[in-house]
Amino acid sequence: MVEPLIYDLGAPGRRGVAFPEPDVPLADLPAAHLRSELPLPEVGELEALRHFTRLSQLNHSILTGFYPLGSCTMKYNPVINEDTARFAGFAHAHPLQPIEMVQGSLAIMYHLQEWLKEISSFAAVSLQPAAGAQGELAGVMMIRAYHADRGDSKRNKILIPDSAHGTNPATSSMSGYRVVEIKSDPRGNVDLEALKSECDETLAGLMLTNPNTLGLFEEHVEQVIAAVHGAGGLVYGDGANMNALLGICRPGDLGFDVLHINLHKTFTTPHGGGGPGSGPVCVAEHLVDFLPGPISGVVIEPTEGDAPVYGWVMPKKSIGRLKAFHGQFGMHVRAFTYILMQGAEGLRAVSEYAVLNANYLKEKLKGFYHLPYDRTCMHEMVLEGRWPDAPGVRALDIAKRLMDFGFHPPTNYFPLIVHDALMIEPTETEDKATLDAFVAAMLQIAEEAHSNPELLHGAPHTTKYGRMDEVRAARQLVLCCDFRS
Amino acid sequence: MSYAGSFIPHTEAEREEMLKAAGAGSLSDLFMDVPAKHRFPKLNLPEPLTEMEARGELESISAANESTNEVLSFLGAGAYSHYVPAGVDTILRRGEYYTAYTPYQPEISQGTLQAIFEYQSLIVALTGMDASNASHYDGATALAEAINMSRVIHRGERRKVILSPGLNPQYRATVHTYEQGFDTTLVGEDSDLNAAPDALIELIDEQTGIVCVAYPDFFGRIYDYSNLAAAAHAKGALLAISVNPTALGLLKTPGEMGADIVTGEGQPLGIPLSFGGPYLGILATKQDYVRSLAGRLVGETVDSKGQRGYVLTLSTREQHIKRERASSNICTNQGLMMLAATVYLSLLGKQGLKQVAESCYHKAHYAADAIGKLKGYKLKFPDIPFFHEFIMESPLAAAELNRRLLEHGIIGGYDLSLDYAALKNCSLLAVTEVTSKEEVDFLVETLAEVSRG
Repeated sequence: MVEPLIYDLGAPGRRGVAFPEPDVPLADLPAAHLRSELPLPEVGELEALRHFTRLSQLNHSILTGFYPLGSCTMKYNPVINEDTARFAGFAHAHPLQPIEMVQGSLAIMYHLQEWLKEISSFAAVSLQPAAGAQGELAGVMMIRAYHADRGDSKRNKILIPDSAHGTNPATSSMSGYRVVEIKSDPRGNVDLEALKSECDETLAGLMLTNPNTLGLFEEHVEQVIAAVHGAGGLVYGDGANMNALLGICRPGDLGFDVLHINLHKTFTTPHGGGGPGSGPVCVAEHLVDFLPGPISGVVIEPTEGDAPVYGWVMPKKSIGRLKAFHGQFGMHVRAFTYILMQGAEGLRAVSEYAVLNANYLKEKLKGFYHLPYDRTCMHEMVLEGRWPDAPGVRALDIAKRLMDFGFHPPTNYFPLIVHDALMIEPTETEDKATLDAFVAAMLQIAEEAHSNPELLHGAPHTTKYGRMDEVRAARQLVLCCDFRS
Repeated sequence: MSYAGSFIPHTEAEREEMLKAAGAGSLSDLFMDVPAKHRFPKLNLPEPLTEMEARGELESISAANESTNEVLSFLGAGAYSHYVPAGVDTILRRGEYYTAYTPYQPEISQGTLQAIFEYQSLIVALTGMDASNASHYDGATALAEAINMSRVIHRGERRKVILSPGLNPQYRATVHTYEQGFDTTLVGEDSDLNAAPDALIELIDEQTGIVCVAYPDFFGRIYDYSNLAAAAHAKGALLAISVNPTALGLLKTPGEMGADIVTGEGQPLGIPLSFGGPYLGILATKQDYVRSLAGRLVGETVDSKGQRGYVLTLSTREQHIKRERASSNICTNQGLMMLAATVYLSLLGKQGLKQVAESCYHKAHYAADAIGKLKGYKLKFPDIPFFHEFIMESPLAAAELNRRLLEHGIIGGYDLSLDYAALKNCSLLAVTEVTSKEEVDFLVETLAEVSRG
């Protein structure tokens, strides 16, 4: 039996949580403006809580099992973060309170900015972006603002490698730029010659993910950046893959001009079933004035023995605000808590073990799945989910079959430059036993693909739900229930 | 290992075995592709703390805030204090929800998917629209996306956008940021604050793509936008209404008034103030424009066993398929905040949301009546219906008034002179169900006292 919808539960007149009657004289309601009906559920408290608890049990999650979803960094989200973000002083702070009353919140933001600067080697950080995609948008807007500020109006194109995440080209378009795709070379790097041929006076910038979505560190990263800089363009770094670089290498040192960081990947703020994310954007000296704001800054330097006073600072030529208020503050508290518990040594270990886990899996799997780019990988790697001698089996079948073993499938069909890609990111918080169990499942599936492909086509078999009819969902579009009946 | 809280489970023996399998002599060997001169920088960060120490440190930083749990507050202006039933956080803290990601694999994500479907249904019920997306970042970005939608719907034509001055100034600022890369003309923001929204009608022409207003508006005022909707439609333009969802527990729906797109800030639906985020962007529309909606959408279908189930749908609109031809780069929603609103609306239900909305209304009116009678104070718009916020004009500058109120332990209203030159000495006060009559009385007494000094 499937779980009923909340609207299918309850009974007319039933109520969940009651509220006190107003303790003031009642005012006249504005009769002309009142709604005639309010079709919301009528369920009891226990009934509602059981419903949402039962629904939760239909989810795979990091707390229930291995989740090697490439490019998403599904690592353990420390539960202490959930406590600290809910401390009353943080949870009940109104974003428009006078700064004197919210020095704790401002201090969290200020120190997180300082730490992210140190980790990535940049001159300044804004915590405003609500998610990675917004961090990207901020990055490209700053590139635009930088050129405009110099009166350089010819620059209308952004270069994007063919391995890039789909947000990169979408972001460039949202910023009014023309997108030119740059192909990859046989080792999975940006093709330098192809890049150089596009480096001209119309170049605004390059969006580069490093390590790239193949999980490979760009071997010519400094030459790539130099070529773009040589043509007067700027280089935006997609920090989606920072989990490989903590204490290993700093994008600012490599010459990136701007970078966004996903707190929900690298810095353990939970993915929340698809958000909230948080995508701080970091910039080199020449872009500091363009950052989105306001930003937490020291407005009164400390006198001896006192703490500084933090307040809001708007960068001089800011691209403006990206959302209301100050960013996803609850995520800032979580990331702050995490970094506080890691220190420099702990962060370096994070990346070292993330990369160790990925290489371990790569070595165990590569004899059984085609590995198109056989190099030391960083925190993730990409395999082909198909075999010439098992023509009916696709990446999707492998993904679905993995569910029968209790694993979340890897990212599949991305990056687009690998056929039937399976993008696997184990993260540092998984132990060897889990990785070995995953390897065993993958090997069994590789064997089944050849001996019993039907088993894969019909997968998953052990989950409560089977494959969904996605075509029907799109054709007979039902986006809400009939709550009036 | 000397560091404290790494959450890395490897034993030394396992590490060595795994390194060997990976063909590396040491962890450092894994990073030979990194240019040597930039490899292994020394990071200047504080020494790591254990969980016990970190908790203590965070407790003391949190205590450095004097927040609305300790001090009586009349601040609103886009973020509101409401009571959140215990059940909401009980559900939010379930790891099955908060440690899952976007439900790409529907067979093992039905919890999140069904919750989104229920959220979409609740938002449709609340707004009178036909379809809601799975949520957006916040109220400001949802409005920016509505304008983006208008660009898609009008296929890049109609570059004029009308923004009511009654929209939250931060939302308008966000729209300005988003529109930088486009050749858009933003008009209307400097319209007369005293004029009814119908005054915007004269700005609507054949070049207008969308008209954006707020309900209630930033000053708490309730207007019927039916005429505006008709006028916009007559010229082929759209109407977007940015809502406070609590008010919709009481007020006529934007759908009834003819809105094409509804945006809004979902924070009042069970989400703590949390210094401004994470919040919840509401984005809903009519059937005609569903395929132009930005963000994730969940649709109903059946699985291979014939069971009803839910999937992400219409993904051909999105960036991972369309890449540079996508209208928006958004790839997530505000999943957990969406869940908070879903649980909140379920627990409150038909009676509860109406009760909260009415309670806000009555308390705000009690406060406004009393303040309107105070010597030296007056209400800026005494004849216009309002919800739970109103403008108080005081005998002294709002900043100075607020400084004096704070000496008495009261956080005053939002200083409107920061955004509106015409609103000198004006503050925006919000009163919700969590504020008692005694607290309002204390505010009124204190206002009388501080204006004497």
